[in-house]
Amino acid sequence: MASSTRVTFPNKFLPYLLLAPQLAITAIFFYWPASQAIYQSVLREDPFGLSTQFVGLDNFRRVLGDPNYLNSLQVTVIFSVATALIAMALALLLAVMADKVIRGKGIYRTLLIWPYAVAPAIAGMLWLFLFNPSMGTLAYLFRSTGYNWDPLLNGDQAMVLIVSAAAWKQISYNFLFFVAGLQSIPKSLIEAAAIDGAGETKRFWTIVFPLLAPTTFFLLVVNTVYAFFDTFGIIHAVTGGGPGKATETLVYKVYNDGFVNLILGDSAAQSVILMIIVIGLTAIQFRYVERKVHYG
Amino acid sequence: MIQNNPVGRLIAHVILIIGILIVAFPIYYTFVASTQTLQEILRPPLSLLPGGHFWENYSAALFGGVGRIGGVGVDRLLFNTLVMALGIAIGKICISILSAYAIVFFRFPGRMIFFWLIFITLMLPVEVRILPTYKIMVDLGLIDTYTGLILPLMASATATLLFRQFFMTIPGELVEAARVDGAGPWRFFKDILLPLSKTNIAALFVILFIYGWTQYLWPLLMTNRNDMSTIVIGLRKMISFADADTEWHLVMVTCILAILPPIVVVVLMQRWFVRGLVETEK
Repeated sequence: MASSTRVTFPNKFLPYLLLAPQLAITAIFFYWPASQAIYQSVLREDPFGLSTQFVGLDNFRRVLGDPNYLNSLQVTVIFSVATALIAMALALLLAVMADKVIRGKGIYRTLLIWPYAVAPAIAGMLWLFLFNPSMGTLAYLFRSTGYNWDPLLNGDQAMVLIVSAAAWKQISYNFLFFVAGLQSIPKSLIEAAAIDGAGETKRFWTIVFPLLAPTTFFLLVVNTVYAFFDTFGIIHAVTGGGPGKATETLVYKVYNDGFVNLILGDSAAQSVILMIIVIGLTAIQFRYVERKVHYG
Repeated sequence: MIQNNPVGRLIAHVILIIGILIVAFPIYYTFVASTQTLQEILRPPLSLLPGGHFWENYSAALFGGVGRIGGVGVDRLLFNTLVMALGIAIGKICISILSAYAIVFFRFPGRMIFFWLIFITLMLPVEVRILPTYKIMVDLGLIDTYTGLILPLMASATATLLFRQFFMTIPGELVEAARVDGAGPWRFFKDILLPLSKTNIAALFVILFIYGWTQYLWPLLMTNRNDMSTIVIGLRKMISFADADTEWHLVMVTCILAILPPIVVVVLMQRWFVRGLVETEK
């Protein structure tokens, strides 16, 4: 926090003027709709929208007791954990390798970072082009080995497809952070361990990996948030939540219930539950920022 | 030095190259598909070398081909997306640099309340307030407008926090000196603060441009008319596996055109981008 001795300008009116644009947008497009979501989550509207009545926590009770909601909660957890683990493990492997090489570091980095610029929905489409059963070359190869590959009909395969696309897109981001994290580890520590006779694998697991923990933990939170919220495009473009409800995540369900099925009270209650999840994740992230490593 | 092991380094190179191949393959494959005829695409396996129909497909897609499938030309889709991405990037930078300036360089009643009001928006992404936000847009008549696409995404706690953090590192003597020399808040902002913030602005611009270009849920809700669609949404509408006569070669071309601009921005502005990414998340 800024110390109170900070030199400032004495104007009384100007700061409000400077803050006005951001506050106006924040109030109209953030606070008003968020409060509406909370308000609607305790109301029940009749199917024609003619009357509403206060129902307390009934919407929440119904949503949380709905097997479809619990299913989508489970789908979201599996999807997020798988995406985060794969994207982080591959990125860490590549970052460790990039830390080792002397020549070509810059080129490797350039060639690894560009999926960051690909929209999640397009990442999904790219993988769909490769793996859709009617024209994908890799799907063709799978099938010619006798494997019954059809992500449009098989829920598990659909999940594998969207996890691959989501993880693929996130590798670049994680890679950059792991590279920065690795650079901040003092080389003298590693050298000391080498002199003491620790082999490469042992050095990695006993020194490098523990020292990377802050970066890893930070990325874990960021990747979870990404898998929860930013992957809506992948799911909407690739599977549409299907087949069945095998890939319907929480965010997809809010959208589907609100816009396609028009169940307002339930959708609002789901929004509020999501808000609580984001607040939890953000709190974890910021608690931890205080203790985070600072890259030189 | 420990890493004097040539075998280990060779393995590292090999793993990196495999990694790059995996990362690049989906995009390369789509590029190859975009240079083939429709018949070739529909008959897998696809050759791994680009076909001979590059000019044919790209000019077909650019001059009317995409319009025939999607009801709107690819140039229009790219233009809409560019307007949205630039609008969000520039708008966000402007409003957040101003509010960070107010919070760091002025003392006024309610300062910390305003700071927290901005900070808390971090916890309210579009996805958690979809329906009510949509209703507000309808009430304000902002559906199918550029304002509707850009304005609600312009408020950003992250950009404000970044500028605030940077401004707090600026020594007080600088402000004092400026005041002694008779510079008012506007002069100080324009002649001292802005030039000092140049790298931060560049870094933020790359990240926000990508953010705007890759938006999905928001333009999906905000646009009904095809000619207001962004390229990602337009592409989504073109893809239909149920439809036997989807012109896949043109879909592939559109896909490449949708990916290319943000990739060019990231690669060309790599230095600022990497810095900005690692800094904003700090």
